Amino acid sequence: MIGNFFKSLYGEKENKVCKKCGRSYTYSELVKHSMICPNCGEYFRMTPRERLVMICDKFEEIDANLTSENILNFPNYDEKLKTATKTSNSKEAVVYGVAEIAGQKFVIFVMNSEFMMGSMGRVVGEKITRAFEMATEKKLPVVGFTTSGGARMQEGIYSLMQMAKVSGAVKRHSDAGLLYITVLTDPTTGGVTASFAMEGDIIIAEPNALIGFAGARVIEQTIGQKLPEGFQRAEFLQEHGFVDIIEKREKLKYTISNILKLHSC
Amino acid sequence: MGAYEKVLKARNSNRPSGAFFVNRMITKFVEFHGDRRFSDDGAIVGGIGFLNDMPVTIIAMERGNDVNERIKRNFGCPSPEGYRKALRLMKQAEKFNRPVICIINSSGAYCGMGAEERGQGLAIAENLMEMMTLKTPIISVVTGEGGSGGALALSVADSIIMLENAVYSVISPEGCASILWKDSAKADEAAEALKLTANDLYNFDVADKVIEEENMSYDEICDNLKCEILAELSELKDMPIDELLEKRYQKYRNIGKL
Repeated sequence: MIGNFFKSLYGEKENKVCKKCGRSYTYSELVKHSMICPNCGEYFRMTPRERLVMICDKFEEIDANLTSENILNFPNYDEKLKTATKTSNSKEAVVYGVAEIAGQKFVIFVMNSEFMMGSMGRVVGEKITRAFEMATEKKLPVVGFTTSGGARMQEGIYSLMQMAKVSGAVKRHSDAGLLYITVLTDPTTGGVTASFAMEGDIIIAEPNALIGFAGARVIEQTIGQKLPEGFQRAEFLQEHGFVDIIEKREKLKYTISNILKLHSC
Repeated sequence: MGAYEKVLKARNSNRPSGAFFVNRMITKFVEFHGDRRFSDDGAIVGGIGFLNDMPVTIIAMERGNDVNERIKRNFGCPSPEGYRKALRLMKQAEKFNRPVICIINSSGAYCGMGAEERGQGLAIAENLMEMMTLKTPIISVVTGEGGSGGALALSVADSIIMLENAVYSVISPEGCASILWKDSAKADEAAEALKLTANDLYNFDVADKVIEEENMSYDEICDNLKCEILAELSELKDMPIDELLEKRYQKYRNIGKL
């Protein structure tokens, strides 16, 4: 499985431009640099595929074909789903499965900001719930990479209820004495922050990742002033006591592997 | 009545807020303050009292009736310390084997700098997790506006009751219209699309019961609500805890099942 992932990483994509310094790189060059700009150090957002290749030695995807439907008959949602499927080359905003690092087995889920901004509807909630239920049954730890604009409003109350559903599955996994590591990546906001993103035993964040409940614009409108530089960034959250570790992307695999090992005896 | 009319009705300042329901339903109410961590959030009123002859913990969102009250109550928008106070009182209810009643009426969790600095997301997330396994019955009632995650943080429950003209939504219709169509004036369209009325939520198996409002005073509505809560509790109180928690888990597991 992972071999195919590698091939597609090197083969398919075109050059990418750093949004901070403007330099252009071939895709394979960027992959070699962990999707970090070699010139200015800016972090590119990563797809689940890229993330899984970076983190896992082995990976077997589960429920790859679950797709969303327009359950509320919400205006233009069908078109949005179609466009998202095409542009992101994926079926929904999360991928999950069983993975291994250094011989240690775990369940992993990775969200995808390219699919409708990683928003959580029924399928995203269902896949993450199933990930936790499977991990509880097989007594495996869970590692989850979050990136999301929040709940998917086109699915109305169903999207909100996913927060409760996933949290219930996380709680059962936790009560079974099992480990859950979350890795918060840019951006993690809204209903995902207010549920499983913050429910990890150990919370890791990537440097400078935007992490918050309310969006910056909403806060600025509420309080009638501009937000200070660095507000809701990973470093701000760590300073306020909400993040265990801010880890550089190139060291993430080692750190996760090490924490898994510390919980395996 | 259109969906947006219901939204406006649910928000109307003449509509009673949390304290009204507490005062009318509960006798010998004792209010408890503070989260024991940071402060006391006026947007959430909580304490204990008798529902008929049964001691209960009641936690209610309160918007305030006049300008000064509204400022004190932060217009009913809870901060992290409000959710933490609620959780503290729920844990206390579990310890002393009291059922929990939550009254929900808020446009949402407060979106301010302090709320972010003190972990609004974490506070809501912790309530979702802890309520799912709280070993005592929980009944949540949406009496007015059920605003997104801020409402959900008090509505992981064995039974969700909604008043007929209450609404419950993932986002405000104005917010939805402004994000999707860059035009908050299209809120009425958004309200229809979001399907947020009590009857919608009953059809989606989110609300378990809808309390009628037509041609009734708020006193009468509240008395009917009280009867419904008593009926629900008489069933839930005798249920073995494992069964109660499994049923609660499955309620959320099955909403909009794929």
